[in-house]
Amino acid sequence: MSSPLSTPGGRKRGRTTNPSTREFTCPPSTWPQVGVSRLVPTVPPNEVDMSSPLMYGTPSSRVEGTPRSGVRGTPARQRPDLGSVSKAPQVDLQSEPPSADGAVASEANAGQRHRKIFPLSLFIDPSSSEDENTGLDLNEPLYMQKLEEISVVGDPVLNVNCLHVQSFDAELYRQLICYPQEVIPTFDMAVNELFFERFPDSILEYQIQVRPYNALKTRNMRNLNPEDIDQLITISGMVIRTSQLIPEMQEAFFQCQVCAFSTRVEVDRGRIAEPAVCRHCNTTHSLALVHNRSLFSDKQMIKIQESPDDMPAGQTPHTTVVYAHNDLVDKVQPGDRINITGVYRAVPMRANPRQSNVKSVYKTHIDVIHFRKTDEKRLHGLDDAEQKLFTEERVQTLKELAAKPDVYERLASALAPSIYEHEDIKKGILLQLFGGTRKDFSQTGRGNFRADVNILLCGDPGTSKSQLLQYVFNLVPRGQYTSGKGSSAVGLTAYVMKDPETRQLVLQTGALVLSDNGICCIDEFDKMSDSTRSVLHEVMEQQTLSIAKAGIICQLNARTSVLAAANPIESQWNPKKTTIENIQLPHTLLSRFDLIFLMLDPQDEAYDRRLAHHLVSLYYQSEEQLEEEFLDMAMLRDYIAYARTYINPKLSEEASQALIEAYVDMRKIGSGRGMVSAYPRQLESLIRLAEAHSKVRFSEKVETIDVEEAKRLHREALKQSATDPRTGFVDISILTTGMSATARKRREEVAQALKKVIQAKGKTPAMKYHTLLEDLRRQSETAITKEMFDEALRALSDEDYLTVTGKTVRLLA
Amino acid sequence: MFAASQNTPNSGWAAKAVAFFKDRLKEKDAHTWVPSLNDVPLHYLKPNSLVKFRCFIQDMFDPEFYMGTYEAVDPSTKAKVLRCGKYKDVTECGVSTTLEPSTMTAERHTFYCVPIPGESPWVKEISSSGQARVVPSTSYAPTRQKRSYEEDDDDMDTDTQPQKQREPHTGMSELSEPHGNGDCKRREKEAPSSQAASASHLDLNFPLPGEKGPSCLLKVYEEWDGFKLNEAVEVFGILSVSPALSALADEDASSSLLDPAGGMETAEEQRVHSPPASLVPRLHMLHAKPLPHNNPLLPAAGLEDNNSAFLSSTLREMAAVRAELLAYFTHVLLGDALAAEYLILHLVSNVYTRRDVLPLGKFTLNLSGCPAVASFTERFYQIIQQLVPSSYYLGMTLQNMNQMRLVPKKDYVANRLLSGALQLATNTSLFLDESQLEQGQLDTTGVRNVTALGNLISWQKVDYDFSYHQMEFPCNINVLIASEGRSLLPSDCQIHLQSQVAPPDLEAYLGGIQVHPQASQLNKFRMYLSVARQLDYSIADEVTKSVEDDFVDMRKDDPQSISAEDLHRMLVVARLLSLSLGQTSLSRDSWLRAKHVEMLRRSRMEQNKCVNGNEP
Repeated sequence: MSSPLSTPGGRKRGRTTNPSTREFTCPPSTWPQVGVSRLVPTVPPNEVDMSSPLMYGTPSSRVEGTPRSGVRGTPARQRPDLGSVSKAPQVDLQSEPPSADGAVASEANAGQRHRKIFPLSLFIDPSSSEDENTGLDLNEPLYMQKLEEISVVGDPVLNVNCLHVQSFDAELYRQLICYPQEVIPTFDMAVNELFFERFPDSILEYQIQVRPYNALKTRNMRNLNPEDIDQLITISGMVIRTSQLIPEMQEAFFQCQVCAFSTRVEVDRGRIAEPAVCRHCNTTHSLALVHNRSLFSDKQMIKIQESPDDMPAGQTPHTTVVYAHNDLVDKVQPGDRINITGVYRAVPMRANPRQSNVKSVYKTHIDVIHFRKTDEKRLHGLDDAEQKLFTEERVQTLKELAAKPDVYERLASALAPSIYEHEDIKKGILLQLFGGTRKDFSQTGRGNFRADVNILLCGDPGTSKSQLLQYVFNLVPRGQYTSGKGSSAVGLTAYVMKDPETRQLVLQTGALVLSDNGICCIDEFDKMSDSTRSVLHEVMEQQTLSIAKAGIICQLNARTSVLAAANPIESQWNPKKTTIENIQLPHTLLSRFDLIFLMLDPQDEAYDRRLAHHLVSLYYQSEEQLEEEFLDMAMLRDYIAYARTYINPKLSEEASQALIEAYVDMRKIGSGRGMVSAYPRQLESLIRLAEAHSKVRFSEKVETIDVEEAKRLHREALKQSATDPRTGFVDISILTTGMSATARKRREEVAQALKKVIQAKGKTPAMKYHTLLEDLRRQSETAITKEMFDEALRALSDEDYLTVTGKTVRLLA
Repeated sequence: MFAASQNTPNSGWAAKAVAFFKDRLKEKDAHTWVPSLNDVPLHYLKPNSLVKFRCFIQDMFDPEFYMGTYEAVDPSTKAKVLRCGKYKDVTECGVSTTLEPSTMTAERHTFYCVPIPGESPWVKEISSSGQARVVPSTSYAPTRQKRSYEEDDDDMDTDTQPQKQREPHTGMSELSEPHGNGDCKRREKEAPSSQAASASHLDLNFPLPGEKGPSCLLKVYEEWDGFKLNEAVEVFGILSVSPALSALADEDASSSLLDPAGGMETAEEQRVHSPPASLVPRLHMLHAKPLPHNNPLLPAAGLEDNNSAFLSSTLREMAAVRAELLAYFTHVLLGDALAAEYLILHLVSNVYTRRDVLPLGKFTLNLSGCPAVASFTERFYQIIQQLVPSSYYLGMTLQNMNQMRLVPKKDYVANRLLSGALQLATNTSLFLDESQLEQGQLDTTGVRNVTALGNLISWQKVDYDFSYHQMEFPCNINVLIASEGRSLLPSDCQIHLQSQVAPPDLEAYLGGIQVHPQASQLNKFRMYLSVARQLDYSIADEVTKSVEDDFVDMRKDDPQSISAEDLHRMLVVARLLSLSLGQTSLSRDSWLRAKHVEMLRRSRMEQNKCVNGNEP
């Protein structure tokens, strides 16, 4: 009988045997054996197997008369993930792995279990919301639908949620968790039986394999302990290394050199017992291993490290070795965050006959049964806020908190309690943390609407801007902190790098991409080079990053909120200048910030007293006192995570009206003085802020109060940042065009005055720069600074009236 | 004692044993009987004996499962022996014994420990002489010693040759009788050069370059969650240097090609996680105590409990010692008393708590205006090194900044944390010499290093590089920056050095500052600094009120003159000033004095600004 060749290292499934002969060698009554013992057509099923205590009950009536395509016709595939189950079961009883659960196997009455599993197929889970169940009718038996899917798609893998098993039969669940090695094959059998009964005509490549996941024993890696050995566990972590593919021999093929008689030997715990004598011709030591007729299965070593979120402070992350088998090989890449369901194993260090002392330490690893990427949705989904599980009580406390009328103020004061006052700024940052609602207008060509709020803080050095940034960075799960001084455009966006191991070019993402769906805190925004800053233009409005370098052209999502802090250019804020003049940032960038706050010293006595009190108490209060005063950071974090995940407010009718009014009002203010005081961008900001505010209240509807608060906050921010220092009015054009309307008017005036001076001089084609400045100063009643004079000259040269070369001014006309 | 209890498992012998040792060690001076891995060369120590090690947790490896108890069957006699695997690395069984499956698996954790980085030479000296003091004069019995070695040779057959040769020199306390005659017979400390040389080819992963000393793999059996990375601990444990360990490792590495299961660990990882026991011994922990400080002059237990007598006597002396120290520093700092004052404040500073992200109590000092001649900064560092228990000098040369690894980085190939110079224990003095910096370009590493230093100073944290993410580790390091002009790094406080010495005499003067004070005086200084740093501190309500009033008044006169940041600093200065005088609460006087000192410093800075402004 020939078995197809399986070359070492080949990507093909390890085991393919020709099933045709099987039908004749096996009497129908022994059919369930296919699920347990290996299909070894050349070796007749031995007696021990059939009499083994683990042989399953045979509800043979169910399959009587099943034609070729039934269970018997489909080859079983080995389950290396379940390890020694592939061997005859009673072997397990005698030489138990060292974990001392020797008594288990006998306890598990497989036959009973087998029958128990059938009703599971009728399991209905109307509350299911998992993505992989999409398209299935939730009111029909879930797993029957999945089987139907298998019959259509032909992928013989059935994922079973352990929670379903538990709610269905707690005892079965316990057995599944404790003895996965024995129970899962039973599941396999039951499912196959069921499947072929229902879809007798479908042809699968292999028998269906059941892959349980979501075992309740979901733990982080740190909690694994010796009790978990040989149990089914689910842990989460991040892939840090994957090995090359390891071809693992499952069955060795020996051929006698004398008579060409061939025999197969199964691998038993990584060892092959080489037959010493040829059974056919009785020659000793004549058998040779034929590699390319042996059977191999794929195996891969994967290292996972516990995710930074579930680590205690001050310790280093643990790593665990994981083995993936067959088609689970190459399913994950380094950097993926995954949930792994598998069997935890401990293998003693090999006892060596030459060595008298054995290291008394085990090596541990996990045989994977099921992978689930936790960040998979992030790649294609829209809203991905990490599936953070909240306990019932936590949700309850959060909701209670949300119901309080002053929740907004409470949260705002809980934010960075060590920073004094600046209530409005904290409120602004709070709204930024919640963010607006994501809207998709790609149908109408507008693309995604930005839902993230960007905030710029500027002000005197030493007003704890950096501290606020640090706090926010520590608060949000996906935050990045960079300093304008230390970051380059490349560090913010992405760069192409040669992977030292694979020699492949890989795209390494920078801070902005890493903080996708989080907050990117940029300190010393003003110190950033112009080229670096320019990459922010795209990110802050379109929320994407386009990359074209080293042959990689792509667009990455960077749906990040930017929280930036800038110092005034003269180190002290000059109240006589506008925001733009003080921080020297391009207005194109400034207009992309929803809120721009000034952090200045208010300089009044009452404030000073409160500030002093606050600071002093910072130095003498004990930890406990402080904790009573404020909501703790964990609560705040959960609150935000919950709101971001579950609350998606929509504008109500009144709110829309209020927004329209607010916008019209803003436009009106300016039009009275011939200036524009609001642009559509401001309207969008208002909407975002209002949405964020209703999220704070856990409200699905944006109402008028939300709009009121958004308006107030927006006005506060504007009052601070867009006030024209010359007139005292709010002038949005300071931020949108970089110059206030009065400043523009004034420049015009100076230019005209200069023109008059020049004209008064009569026909002089060229004149000295200094004399001209002197003349203008004498003529004008207001003081003319050198900058003003330069600006006027520039304005006139723009009109092609004159040209400036060095220190001389020439008339052109 | 072990032998008696070992073969009756589950009798709670382990707990009893630990309690026994804890009790014994509580006794006065009991800990001095135990030989220390810090001072005694490894080959002088007897395997399986009790040793102590003053160390720093550099890395934490993955937990390991071991055979807690197991049954060994002798095939010839069929006799079963129940044995215990706790505190052991290898199983004890003969060549052909088989293990019964009735093993109990237990868990233990492995920490990689190195001596405290940057520990000053005087600390090593004093702590080892503290050992020698209680050692009774030589009275060991060579014959008995000989026998015990032969016993050992039964199960370790290969590498004992060098030990045999040295045998006449060695003498160790027996584990079985730590209280009997309790003698730790330690001999001369001629450090074997061979050991140091052989250590060099294996990277022992010390945080600071050029460090020497033993490192060990610490096996922790309980309460491992209580340990933190970068913690300094004193461990009492059983030393294991069985050559079988390294033999196993070698063999594993060579046969890993054949065995697919061996492939899970790379050769690199093997090397790191099971280095030869002769270089990196295993220490099975019985008892450990965190070290609040590593100053051997202070009682080890810390100041809180039952040391009130010591505390009150020191407190009484503090003002006097402070005056002496101030005079000494004034002399060192070219006659600048104000700078000397600030230097004292800096040296007693300590991050005592954190408010969300804000560390409180740190006091990074930027000493600008250091003369560029005659390697002033290096001499200055040497003086500081003489006074603090651990310190590190980092010359901020371009080369250093561009090439040094300051931030620890996870090496996933070898699965360990590659240490960096900023992986330092609590209260280490980091001396940054910025006068070494010359013009040139910082590359990516350089920028990252400077950022890391900046983060360290501002937030007292270091972001360790885990390649896929960064992890923040809080730290508590006193950073002192010596520079010519204002430092490029942030600092809590900058003071410009005003030399009272005429430039021509500078060279000669600097030669003179090197002269150390008397040893007794030095010890007084050392004690003073360590004690002041650990004192508790509080502010009474009345003082709070007056501080607030002061602040409001100052702001009223000139709002520009004082900001919130200034108040922060003044509160820290007041705190440190009180502590440096041995006062545990803020008094009105100290507050005024702090204000005065700050004012002097600020006026000097103004002056200096003008000077700088005039120069092009």
